[in-house]
Amino acid sequence: MPRLKRIYDWFEQRLQVEGPVKEAVLHKVPRNTASWWYVFGSAAFTLLMLQIVTGILLALVYVPSAAEAWNSLNILNHQVPLGWFLRAIHAWGSNFMVAVVFIHMAQVFLFGAYKFPRELTWTVGVFLLLMTLGMAFTGQVLRFDQDAYWGLGIGVFILSRVPWAGGALVHLLLGGPTIAGETLTRFFALHVFVIPGMLLFLVAVHVWMVLKLGINEWPMPGRLVRKETYIAEYNKLAHEDGIPFVPGAFWKDLIFSGAVLAAVAICAAVFGPSGPGGQPDPSITQTVPKPDFPFLWIYAVLSYLPPSMETPFIVLAPIAMVAGLLAVPFVAGEGEKSWHRRPIAVLALSMVAVSWAVFTHLAMLTPWSPHMNAWSGDTLPVEYLREATPLVRQGAVIFQAKQCRNCHSIGGHGGERGPTLDAVATRMTPDQMRYKVVTGGGNMPAYGKNLSPPEIEALVSFLETLHPKNEPPAFDASQQAAESSGAPAAGSGSRTP
Amino acid sequence: MSDQSDSPRKPSTEPDIAAGSDRKGPAIVSRRWMLLKAGMALNGLVGLALAVPIVRYLLAPARKDSSYKSWISLGPADSFPMGETRLVSFRNPWTRPWDGETDNVAAYVRREGTSQFKVFAINCAHLGCPVRWFPQSQLFMCPCHGGVYYADGSRASGPPERGLFTYDYKIAGGLLQIDAGQMPSLSNTAKLVNISSPTNDGDCPCRG
Repeated sequence: MPRLKRIYDWFEQRLQVEGPVKEAVLHKVPRNTASWWYVFGSAAFTLLMLQIVTGILLALVYVPSAAEAWNSLNILNHQVPLGWFLRAIHAWGSNFMVAVVFIHMAQVFLFGAYKFPRELTWTVGVFLLLMTLGMAFTGQVLRFDQDAYWGLGIGVFILSRVPWAGGALVHLLLGGPTIAGETLTRFFALHVFVIPGMLLFLVAVHVWMVLKLGINEWPMPGRLVRKETYIAEYNKLAHEDGIPFVPGAFWKDLIFSGAVLAAVAICAAVFGPSGPGGQPDPSITQTVPKPDFPFLWIYAVLSYLPPSMETPFIVLAPIAMVAGLLAVPFVAGEGEKSWHRRPIAVLALSMVAVSWAVFTHLAMLTPWSPHMNAWSGDTLPVEYLREATPLVRQGAVIFQAKQCRNCHSIGGHGGERGPTLDAVATRMTPDQMRYKVVTGGGNMPAYGKNLSPPEIEALVSFLETLHPKNEPPAFDASQQAAESSGAPAAGSGSRTP
Repeated sequence: MSDQSDSPRKPSTEPDIAAGSDRKGPAIVSRRWMLLKAGMALNGLVGLALAVPIVRYLLAPARKDSSYKSWISLGPADSFPMGETRLVSFRNPWTRPWDGETDNVAAYVRREGTSQFKVFAINCAHLGCPVRWFPQSQLFMCPCHGGVYYADGSRASGPPERGLFTYDYKIAGGLLQIDAGQMPSLSNTAKLVNISSPTNDGDCPCRG
């Protein structure tokens, strides 16, 4: 088509982009990098584009005002045609982007791609990871519901532990003394202008370096990276055993990116948007806040830290993690790239992956959170009370009414913060139970002030019945020995009928 | 290729001039380099002058806690029954017109004597989640990580390092007033708090 060609030439004469684009597209890459392992970076970029497009579309309706944000999200969900779908794509795109960025980083680490001369590419990548997480967190705040409110509250409490500057940092984060109007507007500015701007700039730098330095060659055991020889070796490899980036390697990127986009769309259509949950009214205490998926592991770690470790860990761990990531290429910038010869790297990566998975899994199950409605809502299995004496029945009522059930499950229902009590009588003697109820200890509050002695007796007599039929309750051997030898042990005579 | 245009010129003296005048003597400092430096200096000065108000604007929210707080009435002191703990809510004194419901703040008021009160923030001292009061067992329980507090606000169990935060209160004209306006946090007690001596009503520097 000569006319099309003429139009093309008119623009090319003025833009002059053909040269650089051809150079980028046709530059040779080592043949074996045209692998399915090398598709995650481009997929992350595709997801970033998806997030930008869907983010702009959501901004057409969303109102970044503390008074209106929650309403506008509900209107997006229920009144704007397909608003729910756009929200769902943005939310799922975020989940996928965080996941793909992490996978990309793990692959780059495993393939030794951060070594000379790609140290700076890795460094920029670390900041891209931080910004991706920053986008996920600020995005969670923009979904201005109860989870967003209290999730940010957790962020405030974490930041407030910074010595000396904590108070000022909290004020700067919130734009005031509380989570309110100015908090949402500044998170909107961060989520929509500041972080995306930095992300796009750093992505450009990142991709520029990938083009200039070449894609990391497939690691071979025994092929060591040396600063003196690496660039010549790489150029030789790319030149002698190379293929043009397009189409040789690029078709896999395209197909994977398409598959990821399809996965996002399917998840969005099937699972729908996330929230908004309850309205962001902090005077509503009937809420069980939980952070979004990428931050669940932090939520779990914070539950397990002993109190004395909280502040040192919370303040130092993020700094140590980022410093550790940044140090990787400068500590191990040369040498082996192959995972076959880097056992420590493989172990470290596996350990991080397993820890992350375990903590995320634990956070999803939340065994440490009391079940706030167990005491009033969960039923006791009938067989536990069949042929029970009035005293035992009264103990069962006290067990429920005093919220023991919120932390202790019976018959598979109730809280899991404390041990399940279906067979407690086989583990503890009545005296031990009495002592534990009165004084607490471990993770249990002391009930001594909140239960009268008759209530404690009733409660313990109920707990005494909690043992399997074929398993006898625990007994105090010394007490039995003392009784059989004729000398009554102190306190034993008062209760037994 | 970009190299083609640049490489032949590189050995010329231009980069030296650009790099500075010191080595070649003042004669080489051309007028245009002088003016460029003057332009840079001007922009630097104006940039600095602009940076001062910009930084002050950015840092504006970082103020002293006391400047955000003021005394708020929670209603007649006698409306709180003796020995009981009640959930109250009030409007935060520091507001913007577009705050919406976020200005609703809740607190627990416990009346311990005719004019003795304890006013607890609902925020758990661990990570700020809203604790719930259970009058039957006389416990506050946190839904996040299972922090539990006794009726007097002291820590009972779970991850918190300390008891519940308390607000300063006074009774004026029969009204119970608290000094509120700030989200309670550990910001003024980032140092470790000894959990064996739970909240001492008098010496907590981090009141709501």
